[in-house]
Amino acid sequence: MDDTLFVTFLVGLIAATLRVATPLVYGSIGEVITERAGILNLGIEGIMFLGAFAGFAVAAKSFEAGIGGYLWLGLLGAIVSGVLMALLMGLLTVTLGLNQHVSGLGITLLAIGLSLFGFRLVFGESSVLPSVDPFSQLFVFGETPILGPIFKQYLLTYVAFLVLVPLAWWLLYRTSFGLELRSVGENPEAADAAGVNVFRTRYLALVIGGALMAVGGAFLSIAQLGAFSPGIIAGRGWVCIALVIFARWDPIRATAGAVLFGAVFALQLRLQTLGFDLPFEVFLALPYLVTILALAITGRNANYPGAYLKPYRRE
Amino acid sequence: MQIKIERSPAPVWFRPLIPLLAIVFTFVITASLVLLVNANPLSAYYYFLIDPLSSRVSAIEVLVKSTPLILTGAAVTFAFVGGYWNIGAEGQLLMGATAATAIGLQMHGVPAWIAIPLMILGGFLAGMLWALAPALMRVKLAIDEVVTTLLLNSVALLIVSALLNGPWRDPISQWPQSPEIAPSAIFPKLIPRSRLHLGFILAVIVVILVWFVLTRTAFGLRMRAVGMGSSAARFAGINVDRTMLISGLVSGGIAGLAGVTEVAGIHYHLIDAISGGHGYTGIIVATLGTLNAWGVLLAALFIGLIDTGAQTVSRALGVPVYLGDVIQAALLLVTLGFLLLQGYRIRWRRKG
Amino acid sequence: MPHEPYAVEMRGITKRFGTITANRAVDFALRKGEVQALLGENGAGKTTLMRILYGLYHADEGDIFVDGQMADIRSPRHAIAHGVGMVTQHFALVPPITVTENIILGYTDRFNIDLDAAHNKVAEASRRFGIAIEPRALVKNLSVGERQRVEIIKALYRDAKVLILDEPTAVLAPQEADELFESLKRLRDSGLSVIFISHKLHEVMAITDRVTVLRSGELAGTVNTAETNQADLAKMMVGRETFGVTKSDVNGRQGDIALRLEKISALDSKELVALKEISFEVRTGEILGLAGVSGNGQSELAQVLEGTRPSTGGRVSANGREITNAGPEQIMATGVGRIPEDRHESVVAEMTVAQNMALEHLHEFVRRGMLDKKRIRAHAETLIEAYQIKARPNDRIRTLSGGNMQKVILARVLERNPSVIIVAQPTRGLDVGATEYVRQKLLEQRQRGAAILLISEDLDEILELSDRIAVIYEGEIMNVLPAAEADIERLGLLMCGVSV
Repeated sequence: MDDTLFVTFLVGLIAATLRVATPLVYGSIGEVITERAGILNLGIEGIMFLGAFAGFAVAAKSFEAGIGGYLWLGLLGAIVSGVLMALLMGLLTVTLGLNQHVSGLGITLLAIGLSLFGFRLVFGESSVLPSVDPFSQLFVFGETPILGPIFKQYLLTYVAFLVLVPLAWWLLYRTSFGLELRSVGENPEAADAAGVNVFRTRYLALVIGGALMAVGGAFLSIAQLGAFSPGIIAGRGWVCIALVIFARWDPIRATAGAVLFGAVFALQLRLQTLGFDLPFEVFLALPYLVTILALAITGRNANYPGAYLKPYRRE
Repeated sequence: MQIKIERSPAPVWFRPLIPLLAIVFTFVITASLVLLVNANPLSAYYYFLIDPLSSRVSAIEVLVKSTPLILTGAAVTFAFVGGYWNIGAEGQLLMGATAATAIGLQMHGVPAWIAIPLMILGGFLAGMLWALAPALMRVKLAIDEVVTTLLLNSVALLIVSALLNGPWRDPISQWPQSPEIAPSAIFPKLIPRSRLHLGFILAVIVVILVWFVLTRTAFGLRMRAVGMGSSAARFAGINVDRTMLISGLVSGGIAGLAGVTEVAGIHYHLIDAISGGHGYTGIIVATLGTLNAWGVLLAALFIGLIDTGAQTVSRALGVPVYLGDVIQAALLLVTLGFLLLQGYRIRWRRKG
Repeated sequence: MPHEPYAVEMRGITKRFGTITANRAVDFALRKGEVQALLGENGAGKTTLMRILYGLYHADEGDIFVDGQMADIRSPRHAIAHGVGMVTQHFALVPPITVTENIILGYTDRFNIDLDAAHNKVAEASRRFGIAIEPRALVKNLSVGERQRVEIIKALYRDAKVLILDEPTAVLAPQEADELFESLKRLRDSGLSVIFISHKLHEVMAITDRVTVLRSGELAGTVNTAETNQADLAKMMVGRETFGVTKSDVNGRQGDIALRLEKISALDSKELVALKEISFEVRTGEILGLAGVSGNGQSELAQVLEGTRPSTGGRVSANGREITNAGPEQIMATGVGRIPEDRHESVVAEMTVAQNMALEHLHEFVRRGMLDKKRIRAHAETLIEAYQIKARPNDRIRTLSGGNMQKVILARVLERNPSVIIVAQPTRGLDVGATEYVRQKLLEQRQRGAAILLISEDLDEILELSDRIAVIYEGEIMNVLPAAEADIERLGLLMCGVSV
């Protein structure tokens, strides 16, 4: 491979990395916010799925109805769907105090079932998959070599890295809400005694998290692909669960993890198209295996939020 | 008359009714989805619950569909009762299926009475082996097993996919599916010209064994003690770590059996959709069956009925087949919530 | 004389938990600028009453007035808004965040937090109230005494006019307690009203202006501290002179050494040293009482002897057999019976009475590989009858009252006639009847010839039952005295780490 080819390869790789990482950034930051409040939301896989479906369905139907901002309506639809699922999760785990992992898995199964049901309902059983014109990419640096292709990204990718990540950090560590959220996840009794409304805070964390997860899913359907298929999320929610633990519940480290995974994923894709015969599954299994390994190494000292998985009851 | 709701355990006769109430409630709320397609909910319920049982063929199909669910439900139950939150039945099932395929492929010329027990044993061990790492991490390092077992599901699926895209890719069709296992490794049919196979018997035997161990042996009582209160169990001299390890491993083994029955009884080769979520459905079955062996059997049959019924509803009324999935998921959440009723008692008292 | 409105007044407060009435029509009034003790035995309803005032519980009946105005306090947020602050026994702090973050938690009007400004404000409050703390320290790195200071500042920072302290000295070393008293006096003089929950008479006499005594959930009376003495207060608290149980023979018939500890050391759950080379022995037919202020290593010692906590050094032997770091099963096999501090950690709440009674020796209830359910039931029926337990074999044990649950545990242990009994806080939270029953049973066991180690924070219990008394302080045995030489003053000094 000569130099220019290599540069092209590298530039393509970086651009693809950011694109692949985008839904994971939304999802894992959503999960970080939820888990810091003491709730493991295993509904993430389903909420991303539902976000992808709702975003696509609303966008496609709005387009049919001749509405100009159909993609934005789609995004809004995704957010609403994510918030609804988060509220259901809140009802189960915060209000009723049910087992978080079983509830979360139930939410995932329910959200996936509802999406597939809804897809049939809205689009019927036609053999041609419906599609919409997705968000287009922004050419920030135009056709400039190197910078041009790297910065040719979707607006949602820019928002993820430039707005969401710093915002999430600020929210968690520099606002009274973030302080309350972390306290509620560490020691709800103490937060309650200090006058924090534990239930409201946990609901809010779930809702913010659910909205972000849904946006992550919608990014795939209404930005990257312009279509919806049953394989659209393909375990990305579980990857986010792994990233959050790997990142020890920190939004910045979770983003770094998402980028790392994005790079590995983009690399294997590129190597495959270049004709290398690789068991690409090995690359895809990396985030899971690395997380399990990291857990095994840190062991007991894994810095779980103190009230992880524990419902709060005031007697 | 005064009605009072108290926080004390519900009467014993009321407990088995909770799943039934949950089923009724679930059907009532999911009726809204049926109405969305302009179908009559009552006729939808008919096609869901009655029609599949009205013909011999579809009634047998209910048993076929419930076979892997009985096993994954039993697997999840065995773990949950022991206080081990195994969310990894899906991955353990896939590993059981992989082992069964690997053994089945080598069984050409070997008689069935050797081939079939070998596959069953291999599937059980493979499921167990897949459950080993999270169980050890839980017991030795106190690492929460929920996340580790869950993440290993994805890894198992990738292993299956790697095998199907690599060494086991069908040489003729180039489809990602393994070659067919040896004829002698295929489970015999219980009823000629039907899909009902030996796996159903295997599943029922497993339920009986699980029931026996949990309710009739000292180990079962210790397991329940660990599941209900590990510190009290430890105080009483029970080896909590060992008990939890065993419940996690046996659970994995049972889930592995579900993989064996799907390969040897239904598909005869490995495909990556071999499970399609039976491991997760096992959690629904275990919850609906209230972590009781016979409850699991009934719950699995019921979910099998819904799976079959979803297809009839779809054909008859044009309701998307995925309504079955929605009902199952809703059933899980509703049952989970309704189980809280176990802690309450309603008293009627005459005033005065 | 038209008097100033009370800082806080509670009228006719009644609170029930299920069938238990924790407070019955209690009246309580706190003057401005006074320190008032809320005195009572364990379970007298002191903490419940104050948790109602702080909005953690809701009274079933009764009203609360703050500064003469009726106040509807439904949560701590409302209490704080009314100027009521509380330092609970279990500190309500979030360990992994800083002192400042803990103090401003739930009490900032700004969404965006300026951390530097917040640190400065907290440091300034620390100076103003004369209570030293480091704003930037992480709470998880602070000592218990420092954490208590954070709690007090937290309340004062929220402009508390009324400060409730729930047994504040239970976790403090004597010097720290003195320091606390100095601070409280200063704060009182500057106008703060303080409610001081305690069951320690000398403290109450030392720093309060008035004393309100609760007895089994009811008001026993309110008196001026200057006009009363320890003996009178004790009578108000207990409602009678002495308990009904008495040792039949003061000297007993003590025999051989049955339990021997040699230089036992151990860590607590936070991996800090909890026990430092503890040595003593207990002879057959004697009760050795282990006294001490809560949290000086008693729990850890009990756990080491129960087989649920490893020791890091030293040896334990029972009946001549070494049981150092043996598991519960092996310890029980050497004839040691264990009645643990926390009842709920020693029975499986969701299991039946019969199952719990069999759980420790399950192998004896197996026939041909199967559980012998008939025997488990028959065994339970025998014990229920013998120990007058109000329960049926198939009742889930969590439905039992504390007293009956303790009887189940007692029955499970005593039916095997253990030669050594490790018993910790046996009557904590029990009503008078159950308490007397349990103490009577222990004396019977002593009479039978068992060697009993009685770990208790209830000094009266220790004095009443023990033949010899050991005092533990910061994980060390201060002294072991014959009961005849032990009086409250002497024990009190030893419990505070003063050698006498």
